[in-house]
Amino acid sequence: MSSRRHSQRAALRTRASVFAALGDETRLSVLAKLGNGQPQSISRLTAGTNLSRQAVTKHLRVLANVGVVRSVRRGRESLFELEPQPIEEVRDYLDQVSRQWDDALARLKAHVET
Amino acid sequence: MSDRIEKTVELKAPVSRVWRALTDHREFGTWFRVRLEGPFVPGQASRGHITYPGYEHVRWEAVVVKMEPERLFCFTWHPNAIDPGDYSNEPPTLVEFTLQEIPTGTLLRVVESGFERLPPQRRHQAFRSNEGGWGAQMENIARHVEQAP
Repeated sequence: MSSRRHSQRAALRTRASVFAALGDETRLSVLAKLGNGQPQSISRLTAGTNLSRQAVTKHLRVLANVGVVRSVRRGRESLFELEPQPIEEVRDYLDQVSRQWDDALARLKAHVET
Repeated sequence: MSDRIEKTVELKAPVSRVWRALTDHREFGTWFRVRLEGPFVPGQASRGHITYPGYEHVRWEAVVVKMEPERLFCFTWHPNAIDPGDYSNEPPTLVEFTLQEIPTGTLLRVVESGFERLPPQRRHQAFRSNEGGWGAQMENIARHVEQAP
């Protein structure tokens, strides 16, 4: 197995886990709160929601496992911040698939309209 | 983040014409740029090779899910599998073509979804338990290809 193919397979696995982690409304709302770039505490992320601290912690762990969130220590407190790179990667991937469909549908149009 | 891609295109051709372009495997191959080994059959694998210049080494592999005449055609596949390799244990996505008659011809909608479908751990397990079924499907299509004139 070539190293290229190996790294490509690793990328596929990563992508699937990022999509899986993002495919949840609660986790998306947690990410949205972190979207301002400011590290935030679990209490802050829990405030104004119906979620328990435990639930938020669990969701943060899922997000951290795929690398879209990381924890930073500030004094005695653990804060969480967004790591945008994996999200940008899956977005690029979707854009690429999307462009391929545009090309294919343009060819279909030419095919059936002539 | 959305896990689906959705495209709509208006085609100046009757629904019957569009249906044929989508589901006749030779016509599909012309615009999609793939040489398919046999016709599309619901429940069976579709195999072939991409004919897009520069990607001729790439295999096409999909499983036809549904064919409802002049209305719905869908299959699962591995999107963007542009490097050679075995993708059969990666999560497939679902591609759905929906046709609707409009005054100017046909409104075609394409939705590709399920990019998040299976987390890796569950996926490997699912693959192991499905291996028999998958292998049987490969035999089905091989038999199908041999029978085709």
